[in-house]
Amino acid sequence: MAFLDRTASSLLLSELVSGMALTLRYMFKRKVTINYPYEKGPLSPRFKGEHALRRYPNGEERCIACKLCEAVCPAQAITIEAEPRDDGSRRTTRYDIDMTKCIYCGLCEEACPVDAIVEGPNFEFATETREELMYNKDKLLANGDRWEPELARRLELDAPYR
Amino acid sequence: MSEVVDKATKTVEIDSHSINFGPQHPAAHGVLRLILEMDGEMVERADPHIGLLHRGTEKLIEYKSYIQATPYFDRLDYVSPMAQEHPFVLATEKLLGVEVPERGKWVRMLFSEITRVLNHLLNVTTYALDVGAITPALWGFEEREKLMEFHEAASGARLHANYFRPGGVAKDLPAGLDDKIGEWARTFPKFIDDIEGLLTGNRIWKQRTVDIGSFTAEEALAWGFSGPCLRGSGVPWDLRKAQPYELYDQVEFLVPVGRNGDCYDRYLVRINEMRESVKIIQQCLAKMKPGPVKSEDRKVSPPSRGEMKRSMEALIHHFKLYTEGFHVPAGATYTAVETPKGEFGVYLVSDGSNRPYRCKIRATGFAHLQATNAMAKRHMLADVCAIVGSLDVVFGEIDR
Repeated sequence: MAFLDRTASSLLLSELVSGMALTLRYMFKRKVTINYPYEKGPLSPRFKGEHALRRYPNGEERCIACKLCEAVCPAQAITIEAEPRDDGSRRTTRYDIDMTKCIYCGLCEEACPVDAIVEGPNFEFATETREELMYNKDKLLANGDRWEPELARRLELDAPYR
Repeated sequence: MSEVVDKATKTVEIDSHSINFGPQHPAAHGVLRLILEMDGEMVERADPHIGLLHRGTEKLIEYKSYIQATPYFDRLDYVSPMAQEHPFVLATEKLLGVEVPERGKWVRMLFSEITRVLNHLLNVTTYALDVGAITPALWGFEEREKLMEFHEAASGARLHANYFRPGGVAKDLPAGLDDKIGEWARTFPKFIDDIEGLLTGNRIWKQRTVDIGSFTAEEALAWGFSGPCLRGSGVPWDLRKAQPYELYDQVEFLVPVGRNGDCYDRYLVRINEMRESVKIIQQCLAKMKPGPVKSEDRKVSPPSRGEMKRSMEALIHHFKLYTEGFHVPAGATYTAVETPKGEFGVYLVSDGSNRPYRCKIRATGFAHLQATNAMAKRHMLADVCAIVGSLDVVFGEIDR
């Protein structure tokens, strides 16, 4: 009997036919692809994307040049130079991130005691040249200004876990 | 006299052709360069050349503190990132003598198993793609995408997670993620059935894989196999059962074992391992209780943000951990875990400083790749694709 079954299913191409039927069923399923530049997949508040330097609501920059991010960065992508400002507060004179070195591990964000350097939700920052990926302080602060509402919301959502 | 003439005019016939397979061949799974010496369409000798993706990870780790070293492990086997971090954090914890809270262990197990499914999904479907079946890959990547979203929700990165830390995990699971994973675990077995419906009984698939690259149990052991490749040959060796780490002794699962050790058996073992992983994931979710996910030992794991803002002591710990890191007592340990590809171990030597003195990585794929010659001998050229696919080699870890 088993022999007959086997011969019959072999001759009738049963496994091929059932496979094709399965493929046909999948054809009528809802599409899962998304129209990328217009639609995007979901991102969690923890996503580690492009860096940004944040400011306090009064416009003062948060970074106090403690250099924890520089110390913890495994790829040594961050370079900081600092000096007391005219009003006596300690600020960075130089804050560079080499985005080509960065491995997006998120340790700088974890280390920052004042939530100044954050990895934001932006992952679309491809450039045409390498030089454009050497971010300086102006670029990072501009990122912060541009993404601030989103960055603040992400930090608030993730606050219970940090 | 005639003998001398014979020698002078003797022609030596060389009929073997050398073929360069890779390093940019899509079926080479990365940057494998295989020099194949062919006899017609038969492989006489397969010579894998490795090292094209060598980044000196082991040496780099000697210059990083323990916290900084973890992200490097994601980049070894980039198909199963979190499983690679696992042995390193276990080894560090062993040397430190740090206890991980129970929830931290469950979260790690949960993500180890999610990673296992992630890895096997990629392997089974691309392996099918290598031997001509395109559909499984298209479907499999949809499921992978769901798993990547879980990865991203927990760690913030789809691949290079940096989530496991000495003493636990970086952050607790976000609220609602466990329900999402539970929901996925309910629907996923149906998806495995679909993949099996396309492949397992299919005569073309069987013609390409059954009795291709057969290895007996003795051969597999002699070549240093582990993981699905070893189990496919019929050796029921699984580190999760043999020397349970984390809480694997508290979950129930079976170890699928093959019989013939051919490409088809390795495929079946992987398919069934995915089913077992789903069972483990469900048990992890059921047994997980709220609680801390990382050690409360402030010399090892950083304090929470709120604590750091309020307490001077916590702030000092925070600064200490993110600059100097922690000092690990002198000692050595070999810690291995069952990663999706097999036994992945870290031999960690500490000299009492804040950086590992030596970190030897036992890459799974290295042992598997060295057997390509033994496996592919007297097989057709097209079978090499099936063999390389079934061995599940990833060059990030082989070249390190």
